[in-house]
Amino acid sequence: MLYREAGQFKTTYAEDMAIFPIHQDRIALAILLGIAFIGVPLLADFDIWPFGSDYLLRAILLPFLILALAAIGVNILVGYCGQISLGSGAFMAVGAYSAYKLGTGVHIPLAWLGFAISIPPLPVLLSILLGGLTAAVVGILFGIPSLRIKGLYLAVATLAAQFFFDWVFLRVAWFTNYAPSGSVNAPTLDFFGLNVGTPIERYMLCLIFVTVFAFLAKNLVRGNLGRQWMAIRDMDIAAELIGIRPLYAKLTAFAVSSFIIGVAGALWAFVYLGSWEPLAFSIERSLQLLFMVIIGGLGSIMGSFIGAAFILILPIMLNLLPTQLGVPLSTETITHLEFIIFGSLICYLLIKEPHGFARLISIGKEKLRLWPFPY
Amino acid sequence: MALGGKEARENKTRYRKNGLNEEESYMVRNKLLLAAAILSGGAFASPAAAQSEQFIPILSYRTGAYAVNGVPYANGVADYYNLVNERDGGINGVKLLVEECETGYATDKGVECYERLKGKGPTGAAFFNPLSTGITFALTEKTTTDKIPIITMGYGRSDSKNGAVFAYNFPLLGTYWSAADIAIQHIAKELGGADKLKGKKISLLFHDSPYGKEPIPMLEVLAKKHGFEFTPIPVTHPGVEQKSQWLAIRQNRPDYVLLWGWGVMNGTAVKEAAAVAYPREKMIGVWWSGAEPDVTPAGDQAAGYKALMLQHGAGKFPVHADIEKYVYAKGKGLSEPDKVGEVLYNRGMVNAMLGVEAIRKAQEKFGKKPLTGEQVRWGLENLNLSDARIKELGFEGMLKPIKISCSDHEGARDGRVQQWDGKSWKVISDWYTANQANTEPLVKDVSAKYAAEKNIHPRDCSKES
Repeated sequence: MLYREAGQFKTTYAEDMAIFPIHQDRIALAILLGIAFIGVPLLADFDIWPFGSDYLLRAILLPFLILALAAIGVNILVGYCGQISLGSGAFMAVGAYSAYKLGTGVHIPLAWLGFAISIPPLPVLLSILLGGLTAAVVGILFGIPSLRIKGLYLAVATLAAQFFFDWVFLRVAWFTNYAPSGSVNAPTLDFFGLNVGTPIERYMLCLIFVTVFAFLAKNLVRGNLGRQWMAIRDMDIAAELIGIRPLYAKLTAFAVSSFIIGVAGALWAFVYLGSWEPLAFSIERSLQLLFMVIIGGLGSIMGSFIGAAFILILPIMLNLLPTQLGVPLSTETITHLEFIIFGSLICYLLIKEPHGFARLISIGKEKLRLWPFPY
Repeated sequence: MALGGKEARENKTRYRKNGLNEEESYMVRNKLLLAAAILSGGAFASPAAAQSEQFIPILSYRTGAYAVNGVPYANGVADYYNLVNERDGGINGVKLLVEECETGYATDKGVECYERLKGKGPTGAAFFNPLSTGITFALTEKTTTDKIPIITMGYGRSDSKNGAVFAYNFPLLGTYWSAADIAIQHIAKELGGADKLKGKKISLLFHDSPYGKEPIPMLEVLAKKHGFEFTPIPVTHPGVEQKSQWLAIRQNRPDYVLLWGWGVMNGTAVKEAAAVAYPREKMIGVWWSGAEPDVTPAGDQAAGYKALMLQHGAGKFPVHADIEKYVYAKGKGLSEPDKVGEVLYNRGMVNAMLGVEAIRKAQEKFGKKPLTGEQVRWGLENLNLSDARIKELGFEGMLKPIKISCSDHEGARDGRVQQWDGKSWKVISDWYTANQANTEPLVKDVSAKYAAEKNIHPRDCSKES
C-alpha cells in the first residue's frame, strides 16, 4: 500500500535511469537527508537532549560517518569487484599521513642534486583530497598482484600492504615530521577561512563528505564501470570473454576504493582523532572495516552505513546499558558481557541472514510491496 | 481494497489464536519498545546526580593485554577515592562521585570514554587520568578546548612539563625524560662514575608506541654527552613476540638494557633475557616495568632484575591502615586484600591522592563546592605538598615534597632503583634527581615546536598566581 511502484510510469529515459527510480525511496531519502542536514544541527542548536551534548556528535555520529565512508570504499573493492582486501587500514593510514604531510608542508632535501623539493602547507580540504589521491595510487600499486592471484591469496597479498605501511609510518621519521614520540597532530581545520572546531561543525563537514561520496559511489556502481566490476566479481573468465579487461576493471576498483578509504583516513585523523599514531590504522581497523561490509551486506552502499552502525555503535550501547539501568556491574564484567553479546549477535545474524543487513532490507521491501496481502 | 483489508485482518486474528492473543502481543511489543527506548535514548541520559558531588572519571583497563598492570592501578585509584568518601565524607564535605570507563588501552576507546564522562556530575569532570601515553596525546588538544586538566603521573608527554604551553597537562612526579636521566645516572654510579660511560653500549627495548618512543630523544642527548653507544630496539604491540629482538641483543652484547615495556611485554622481556642468558642485573626497567606482575611470571629467572621507582615502591604505609579500616573492613575494596600494597596499587593511590589534594587546594580559592575542571586546574598548578602534609596524609616514606608551578608541571623529579630478589622488591639505591640541565633544553625545544604548530601563545609564568 505504502510502498509500491505500481502506477509510477516512466515516460522519459532520464526518469527510467534515475538513481532512485521508486518515488517512496526518494521521499525516504529526502527525509533522511533532511534529518541529517537540518534536523540534527537544529536539535543541537536548541540543546535538545541528547543532541545538545557533545557525546552523541563527537563520540558516536562523527566516527560513524567517517567509518561508513571507509566502509563504502571497502565495499566497492570487496563487495562490488570481489577482491578481498585486508589492507584497508593501510590505505586509511596512507590517506591520513599524506594529508598530514601536505597539510604541514613537504620538504624533501635532495642533497646530492644540490636542491630540495619544498611544497608549502596546502589548505586542509586540498590536502585531504590529495591524501585520498595518494592512497589511490598506492591502492593501484598494491592492486597489481590481484591480476594474478585471487580470493584468499589476494587477501594475504593485501595484508602485506597493511604491515608494510604500519612499518613505514612507525619507522620513517620523515612522515611524522620527526616527532619524538611518533605521534602527530593534525593542522587546524580551516576551510576557506572558516575554522571547523565545534562538534557540530565537524559533523557537518563529515556529513558533506559522506553524502557526496555516497552519491558518487552509488552512481558509479550502477554505471559502466560498476557493471564491469560486478561482472569480474561474478565470474572473471566470463567477463573477460565478453570483452571486459580485467586489468582495467580491477585496478579502477582498487583506485576508487582506495581513494574513498584514503579520504576517510584523512578525515579520521584530522577531524575525529586530531592526534594519532600508526596504531590507529592497525590490522584491527582493516578487519573492523571488512566486518562492517560483511555484516552490512556485500555490494550495497546502504549496507555500508548499516554495517558501520552495527559494528561501531552497538558495542557502545551494550557497554552503556548496564550503567544506565543502574545495574551494579564492574567495568570488566560489562566489557566481557559486551564481547559475549556482540559476538553472539554477529553469529546469530550471519546464520539467519548470511547476506547481511542489505539483504534484510530488500526482503523488507519485498514484504512491503505485498503488504497487506502476504503470501 | 476494503474487502481485502478485512480479510487480512481476519487472517491475522486467526493467526494470533494459535500463538499470542492480542493483549499479550501488545505487551510484548510494549516491552520491546521500552527496551528500544532505553537503548536509543536512555543511554545518553546523565544520571541524576546530587548537586553537591564532585565528579571524577576513571579511565581504566581491566581487560586486554595490559590488564595485568591496569587492574591493580585502577583498584588503587578507586579504593583511595572510596577512602576519602568513607573516612572524611569527601573533600571538605564535598563527596566524590566516581565512574569508571574501560579503555582497553586503546586510543579510540579512550577518546570515547573521555567524551562519555567529561560532562557528568554537576560541574563536569574534575580531571582525567588516562594511564596511557597514546590516549594522552589524543586528548591533549581536546582537554585544552574543554578546559579539563589531564593528570599523567609518571607518563604522558614529556614536553608538557612546560606549563606555559601545556596549561592543562600535568605530568606529575616525573616524565620519561627525567626517567631516562635517572636511569643513566644509576648506570654511571654502578660503573663508578659518569666518565666510565664512554664507549659503553646501552640498548633500549621499547614498546613501539608513543609511550616507548618518548625517552629516545633524551637518551640520544645523553649518549652524545657521555659518549656511550645507544641502540633503540622496538617491540610491536602487545609485546609477546621478542625473539628477534633478544637475538639482536645477544649479538650486540650491550652493557645495559633499558626496558620501556607495559603489560605482558615486561614479563616476556624478562623471560627472553633468561633464555639468551643476558644478565638480569644489567636490565633496568622504567617505573612502569617494575611491578609484581612484571616479574612473577618469570619465576626465579627474574631475580636480579632492576627497575626505577616513581619515588614509592611496594609495601604498606600508614594510609594502608586507613584503607583496610574504612574500605576493606566494610567490604568495599576492589582488590584482593593481599594485593593491597603492591607497586601499582600504591601508584594508583598516590595518583588519586594528588588529584584529591589538587581539588582541596582549589577549594581554598573557589569555595567548598563541586568545582569545574578549570578551577581544579588552578588547584593543580598551585599544589604544594610539604613533608608535614604528606605525613598527615599517611604517605610518609612513599613521597617526597612536591611543588607544582606554571613553569614546572612536573613538580618533582626524584627516583630510586629497586631490585627483584625473587620474592619482593628491594630498594638498592639512594635518591636520584633528574638533572634539569639535561632535560630542560629538550623540553623548551619540543614544547616551542608544539606551540608553533598549534598557534598557542605561551603564558607568561611570572604573571600567573
